[in-house]
Amino acid sequence: MKPAPFEYVVPKNLNDCLNFLYQHSETAKILAGGQSLIPTMNFRMAQPEYLIDINNLNELSFIRTDKTGGLQMGALIRHHQVENDPLIAQKAPLLHEVMPWIGHVQIRSRGTIGGSLVHADPAAELPSAMVALNARFKVKSKKKERWIPAEQFFVGLFATALEPGEMLVEIAIPAMPLHSGYSFQEYSRRKGDFALVGVACMLVLDKNKVCEQARLVYMGVGEGPVLAAQACQSLVGKTLTPDLLQQAAKIASQNDLTPPNDMHASSAYRRHLAEVLGHQSLSQSLERAEKSF
Amino acid sequence: MTTSYVGKSVKRLEDARLLTGQALFVDDVHLPNMLEVAFLRSSYAHARIRKVDTSAALKRKGVVAIYTAKDLGEYWQPGPLLVSPPPIKRLTFHARTQVALAKDKVRYVGEPIVAVVAENRYIAEDALNDIVVDFEPLPAVVDLEKALLPNTALIHEDLPSNLAAHVIQEKGNYFSIKDKADVIIKRDLSYDHGAAVAMENRAIVADWNAREQQMTVWDTTQAPIPIMNGLAKMLGLSETQVRVIAPFLGGAFGPKVMMFYSEEMLIPWISKKIGRPVKWIEDRQENFLATTHERGQTHHAEMALSKEGKILGIHDVFLHDTGAYDPYGLTVPINSQCTLLGPYHVPNYYSEFSVIFTNKMIVTPYRGAGRPQGVFVMERLLDLAAKQLHLTPAEIRSRNFILPEQFPYKNEIIYQDFAPLVYDSGNYAPSMEKAIELIDYKKFVEEEQPKLRAEGRSVGIGVVSYVEGTGIGPYEGAKVTVGATGKVSVATGVGTQGQSHFTTFAQIVADVLKVDIHDVTLVTGDTFKMNWGCGTFASRGMVVAGNACYAAAMSVREKILKLASEVLESPIENLELAESKVSVKGMPEKKITLGELAVKANPLRGAVKPGTVPGLEATAYFGPATGATSNGVHAAILEVNPKTLRVDILKYVVVHDCGKIVNPMVVEGQIHGGVAQGIGNAYYEQIVYDKKGQLLTASLMDYLLPTSYDVPRKIITGHVETPSPLNPLGVKGTGEAGTIPTASLFVQALENALDNPKLEIREIPMSPNRLFELMKEAL
Repeated sequence: MKPAPFEYVVPKNLNDCLNFLYQHSETAKILAGGQSLIPTMNFRMAQPEYLIDINNLNELSFIRTDKTGGLQMGALIRHHQVENDPLIAQKAPLLHEVMPWIGHVQIRSRGTIGGSLVHADPAAELPSAMVALNARFKVKSKKKERWIPAEQFFVGLFATALEPGEMLVEIAIPAMPLHSGYSFQEYSRRKGDFALVGVACMLVLDKNKVCEQARLVYMGVGEGPVLAAQACQSLVGKTLTPDLLQQAAKIASQNDLTPPNDMHASSAYRRHLAEVLGHQSLSQSLERAEKSF
Repeated sequence: MTTSYVGKSVKRLEDARLLTGQALFVDDVHLPNMLEVAFLRSSYAHARIRKVDTSAALKRKGVVAIYTAKDLGEYWQPGPLLVSPPPIKRLTFHARTQVALAKDKVRYVGEPIVAVVAENRYIAEDALNDIVVDFEPLPAVVDLEKALLPNTALIHEDLPSNLAAHVIQEKGNYFSIKDKADVIIKRDLSYDHGAAVAMENRAIVADWNAREQQMTVWDTTQAPIPIMNGLAKMLGLSETQVRVIAPFLGGAFGPKVMMFYSEEMLIPWISKKIGRPVKWIEDRQENFLATTHERGQTHHAEMALSKEGKILGIHDVFLHDTGAYDPYGLTVPINSQCTLLGPYHVPNYYSEFSVIFTNKMIVTPYRGAGRPQGVFVMERLLDLAAKQLHLTPAEIRSRNFILPEQFPYKNEIIYQDFAPLVYDSGNYAPSMEKAIELIDYKKFVEEEQPKLRAEGRSVGIGVVSYVEGTGIGPYEGAKVTVGATGKVSVATGVGTQGQSHFTTFAQIVADVLKVDIHDVTLVTGDTFKMNWGCGTFASRGMVVAGNACYAAAMSVREKILKLASEVLESPIENLELAESKVSVKGMPEKKITLGELAVKANPLRGAVKPGTVPGLEATAYFGPATGATSNGVHAAILEVNPKTLRVDILKYVVVHDCGKIVNPMVVEGQIHGGVAQGIGNAYYEQIVYDKKGQLLTASLMDYLLPTSYDVPRKIITGHVETPSPLNPLGVKGTGEAGTIPTASLFVQALENALDNPKLEIREIPMSPNRLFELMKEAL
């Protein structure tokens, strides 16, 4: 379990980094917290020729608000910074609630938010949370810069919409609407494990308590974050009742998901958990949204 | 200064060294000019090796040598049979032992084929990718139940089938009482594979010194002396030319007593061949692929009872999976066969087992060593019988306990130590009573559980009992020396991997020699300091080596008093040994310290009396006639979330009787660790092979060890002390007590929590996923 030989590169600034990445887009990997990349290299499942260490790029390490009250985070922000930042707790409480579920404290001390998102593990917490939060990702290459909605960023198993030479530099999370509620539920075998099934939920109500927007996003049940579209559709435009939420959770688990079968959980058990957790997360979200009135 | 240590929770003397990073582990051994080795391991469970091409790898810069089976010449031999079969009449056994490198055929995923020696491990691993092996895949034998069917691929083609062994043992006559039974409980029960997964993987450093013609080996072994003897034989050296050091080990739990592992045969040979020190450190993935596993049995069991719940007899036929080879003989299935009987009076017993070769990792003892499987069968059958007879779990067990006046209790069948299974001593009822009291059984069942159920919570209780055969022979030794400073050194050959030997053996010696425990230093696992002994396994360290320390210390004490009698000119019976000195009773000024006596015992000039043995030193050995039988009761309360099926253990009680306790804190530590591993077995851990024999759980991401979050924060322990008559200290072993009954307890409490008469758990482990399936079937 030793990595194959590689060259180690430390860019001075983001431009330097993007230049190098542009030249070696097929053979270079970016090293941030290293919590997924290094094990992958030690198993020799990844054998990059160049490892670009961006840990010195302070320009990617910020948490701030924009004019509309939304949040902006540099890709190099560590999990523990997100976990402990009062601004995030206030502006994006869902994200705040997600963080302790990610690995263990040692992992959260090194791991970065950008690293986790581009790794795109289908059982990881952050991708689903970002989709639920309607986050947008700023990606940059030597040639261009563009924004990608979280929903379009995750395109398959460990795959993202990043093009060769591009890197994720910033995450933007819109301000929470006035009457919104959120919840995060997860089932893993042990504390700190990847989810067997997890779900991030956001519900937005209008002033008459009618559901304006529903975001029920699962992890561990597909090739990436799975937005339970039919379940969400069944809620929008309606006044939410316990029965409706129960029914939505059932729709999600039966229609929106095709959970994998593996030695840790059968597809049927994952489906069952998806319904249980979906219902719990919708109920908690509604409860929280109602408190805003 | 106190000189009474035995029986007290003396703090561990080794901790300062361990906690400040001063303890030596094998990977701490860095020698100049040292090479490192990586192994190419089979990616097939069963295949013929047509050709191995190492030419490209040899050209890689930094690669020093590459060895295949052919390159080993005459050194290529099947490894020794570590444990020969016991003298049982109806027994068949085919020994097929592992080899250093697979030659014509591979028999499990992970079997080593090529050893690459390079300037460092990185280069060695790079070179593995340059090697091409041409395999001819063969059908893999994975399913235990199908391995003996006709037309199944043969793992060892010189044998008529995949049967490795067949054993029948009998006590009384089950068939004569079966018709008289009021109740017959008959079930199929299975216990899947698990692994020890010690924190420290295996590691070997070998250093052949050509000038001194001396081989030094640092090895993560539980048995350094047998490794020394075996290596000397294999390498054609005398035993004194081989020094094996087993320094501190980061856990072992049984798999590190297996020998010889391929790497143990190879690394010293390579060092001798190349003339440079050679290191191999097993990585975590290799630990799953290259270190032995355990468990893996399927039982077809039947219990006959009277309507009062008295066991009339048991009939059990089981299959034991030994993996690709069987170097550890029959220890594991015989332990299952014998330990099944537990603390109960079973007048009639028929037990038959078949050991099966499969294309999986070799099975050798891991903490529990076959006992958990046997206990699972017995306890499940009792649970089912209790349900049918409307008895509580405690009632049915208590009705069948062997009574105090029945000891020594003869179980008639032959045990793993080749002797008839006899329980030396025991008093089982108090353990049960204490456990019931500590778990507050009555209050829980009568008051708490109905309330919790009304709230919609699924909380259940369980109680199980077991015996643990410990402290088997043949023997261990110890050398005790008092030096000129009065300090005492103790050397024993057992090896150590966290059991607190540095403290507990010192307690014994300090008490005998009346010295401060901090003046006692222990050396363990260095064959240059002690070259006779067997190793640490089977919960025997304290029983066998502890009593050897006691015997050696007693001999030194005798020498001390004899010499002091001469020096102080006073008869021995008038002397008093205390506080590191000998004085004449009633004349405290007439005294001599142990240090001064040590100097006198080793004169530099003048003459000594004929027959004088210099020094205040003695070596003594202890070998018990048979093992000492510990016993205990575990009880627990656990909650299962009826929706997600997550299980949380709310309360865990262990009442244990390991005879005289040398150090209660150490005993509790053994129990805590054992329970954690038992919980792992019951709920988290499972070695999974697919149909082709690929190991799917070769990382800590997929093989789920319980973490500190997943085991109870507090384990309530109670002790009962029934001394063993078989050794002067009256001790019994305790190393496996925590692990043996845990899974049996877990499923009993789980069924009790779920309160569904249709739900019956007949297998271990019981993951929430599997429980979900069973719940569906029980709807």
